[in-house]
Amino acid sequence: MADDGRDESLATDEEDSEPSCEEGASLSTAMVDDGSTLIRRLEICVAEAEKRTGKNAVNMGENYTVYLIETRPMDAVNDGRNPAPDSLWRRYSEFELLRNYLLVTYPCVIVPPLPEKRAEFVWHKLSADNMDPDFVERRRVGLENFLLRVASHPVLSNDKILHHFLTEEHGWKEAVYDTGFQAKADSRLRALSATFRVRNPDKRFVEMKHYSDELQSHTSQLLRARARVADRLYGVYKVHGNYGRVFSEWSAIEREMGDGLQSAGHHMDAFAASIDDILEEEEHYADQLKEYLSYAEALRAVCRKHELTQFELEVCTQDLVTKRQQREELATGMVRTFSLKGVTNKLFGAEAPEQREARLKLLEELICEGQDGVKDKTLECQEQVERGLVDMQRFKEQKDKDLKEALISYALMQVSMCKKGIQVWSNAKECFLKM
Amino acid sequence: LPARRTMSVGAPKGLASSGQKPITEITHPLSAADEPLSPGVTLCPQDAGLTNGTPVETSSPASVSSLFNRLQLDDELDGDTSSETKDLFVTVDDPKKHVSTMETYITYRVSTKTTRIEFDLPEYSVRRRYQDFDWLRIKLDDSQPTHLVPPLPEKFVMKGVVDRFSEEFVETRMKALDKFLKRVADHPVLSFNPHFNAFLTAKDLNKRQGLALLTKVGESVKYVASGYKLRARPAEYTAMVEYLDTFSGKLGTMDRIAQRILKEQSEYLTELREYGSVYSSWAALEEELQRPLEGVAGSVSTCCRAMEDLSENMSQDFLPVLREYVLYIESMKNVLRKRDQCQAEYEGRLEAAILRRQEDRTPVPAEVEKCQDKVECFNADLKADWERWQRNKRQDFKQLLTGMADKNISYYEKCQSAWESLITVLQDKQTEDKTSETN
Repeated sequence: MADDGRDESLATDEEDSEPSCEEGASLSTAMVDDGSTLIRRLEICVAEAEKRTGKNAVNMGENYTVYLIETRPMDAVNDGRNPAPDSLWRRYSEFELLRNYLLVTYPCVIVPPLPEKRAEFVWHKLSADNMDPDFVERRRVGLENFLLRVASHPVLSNDKILHHFLTEEHGWKEAVYDTGFQAKADSRLRALSATFRVRNPDKRFVEMKHYSDELQSHTSQLLRARARVADRLYGVYKVHGNYGRVFSEWSAIEREMGDGLQSAGHHMDAFAASIDDILEEEEHYADQLKEYLSYAEALRAVCRKHELTQFELEVCTQDLVTKRQQREELATGMVRTFSLKGVTNKLFGAEAPEQREARLKLLEELICEGQDGVKDKTLECQEQVERGLVDMQRFKEQKDKDLKEALISYALMQVSMCKKGIQVWSNAKECFLKM
Repeated sequence: LPARRTMSVGAPKGLASSGQKPITEITHPLSAADEPLSPGVTLCPQDAGLTNGTPVETSSPASVSSLFNRLQLDDELDGDTSSETKDLFVTVDDPKKHVSTMETYITYRVSTKTTRIEFDLPEYSVRRRYQDFDWLRIKLDDSQPTHLVPPLPEKFVMKGVVDRFSEEFVETRMKALDKFLKRVADHPVLSFNPHFNAFLTAKDLNKRQGLALLTKVGESVKYVASGYKLRARPAEYTAMVEYLDTFSGKLGTMDRIAQRILKEQSEYLTELREYGSVYSSWAALEEELQRPLEGVAGSVSTCCRAMEDLSENMSQDFLPVLREYVLYIESMKNVLRKRDQCQAEYEGRLEAAILRRQEDRTPVPAEVEKCQDKVECFNADLKADWERWQRNKRQDFKQLLTGMADKNISYYEKCQSAWESLITVLQDKQTEDKTSETN
């Protein structure tokens, strides 16, 4: 994962051997950023997964999986010293906690997503079981991906809680809760689902929100369609296995044709069996799509945050206008707008001058406060817009690059599948010719 | 029991209706004068599906080179008719639709090229319809009961289920008819049959009197009700029957597998098309990613077309041959049954004759000896045909299965090329982008 700027094309990664920290994801070289992001200083990987048994919150026994996070200082690695890594174990729920913390703490950042909690878009033969070893392996890769992305983000990578998560096993949960992020988490969730009308949202955020919806829609459509295709392809391959059996039975009654038929039958069996690995491999592509499906949600959240802030600003501003109007009315005695005070004044007579003075004074204070509030809110909004735009641009570039590479690697998988098919049928043809 | 006389295999002997006869000695089934087109056959200029029929041709020979080009001889065919000594070549092609007030039907061109003296001309070209082929098959079956007559494709098709005039159906049927004639032409005895000669050469077959008598089942009437029971069938014939039964079963299984594959492929194709269209609609949303996504949609689309071709081939070329072999097996079993009957008749008569001799010293009549001759002839013919059939079967299936393998290989090659060219485009663009970035 050295930052030599070389973009490792996935085309060279034909053999998917046991991942080690050195290989990492070719993603990591692509994620090196300007600025001192954590990933430049620390080599990170999620090396292993292990099953554990323990007791959960209600003291019931449960099986769960833990993942080994290994870290090494980058300068040591670059010097070639090859030190032993520091390591600790974390389970999925801790990753979730970390991410929730990041979401709340950095509302203007498109926070990288975690691998899916439960297997979704499953084609029917594939296991939907969370304990299935293939699922665990893909989750391991997804968790590593998450950490690498977070650690190479210019804003997120500086977070202390993140650092703690990576380097110190104990006391981390307490530290997270101590930040008090949970209180904000609830209000954030409420804000995400609330409906309110914003009068002047930033057009770029409106566009981005629209894009995030479309992205979500298309990636989920694609994932569903892909699962259905996988299902059907499985059927096509497996039915060919029947040829294996019938050729074998037929070869028993033949003299000269027998050997050729028998061997051809074996190749048909091999053909039918080959689909399992092919489709398991394709799950990695599906995972890449799923990552961006989740990313779309994170993007949307940032746009919503802007809307909320903008809405609050508009509310503040409107409130200020109203108060100023009230002051004017009070000062000049002219009633412009309908108010209960105005009506009662008319009916029962105006109030005493002392009361009026008191009220005016209060209003002035409120107006002052309001002005400060609007100024602060405006600043907040501007900052958010700036930060948001920066991150959206970063996200866009990352997305274009990642997805293009994903498509290339998908095409490579298809080529590999075709080559296997040609191989098997050529072998079978050899046998037929010998019949 | 009288000693068995050994017979030499190959040259047909004795039986009245078999053997070679110069064509001049056989009464031609049609009258001497040329028969005009029967009234009522009008030919419409335009028709969906096939180009319409032209007037039934006079014997204008097909061009020599085109005839040879269309022949699908297997050079490895062993046996009596190796390609060097072949002197009779037959091809079926050029289907045409004929519409009359009474009926609509298809005719095929039957082209013959030969150096045999039994034929007046070196080349012939006639038009025949399915009925005519059926007539020939029945005539051959009748006149050569000891020989295996190749099967014809199914006569009746359920109207409404199969379109008798669709290109695929006609194409498939035509190939089967071509195969039928080639098998007859390759047979050392059947190819000299006068009915075959008439079929290939006569301008118009007058066959109505023949057909009315016989049903589709086409069992030869001569041996159906001989009433004799076979005592002991020689083991070799029992082995043949068992082999045929098992083989027939395996072919049936293969047929079912192939149909299942077709079904799965069809469903796969449906989903694949939908899958490709999602890439296209996503591409419309993107900028940088538009070309890559469209590229994937394009490759998927190419794979769809390749799969269509593969499936079509399976149903057009693979399945019909399988099914035809099942019919072929039935034909062979019929011949075996007839042989059994022949033997049973002989044994029955012999037994009766011996009993009479024991009673009143009447000598065994000559007919009984003739029966014995028949049996031995039949056995010899059948053995020869069996060997030939086995050889042909081996050849045919070798061809069929390697063809299937080839089509699958071709499918994967097309798909591979589609994905590889996409990768090239995308990767080129990547290096393009990178160089433009660093500049």
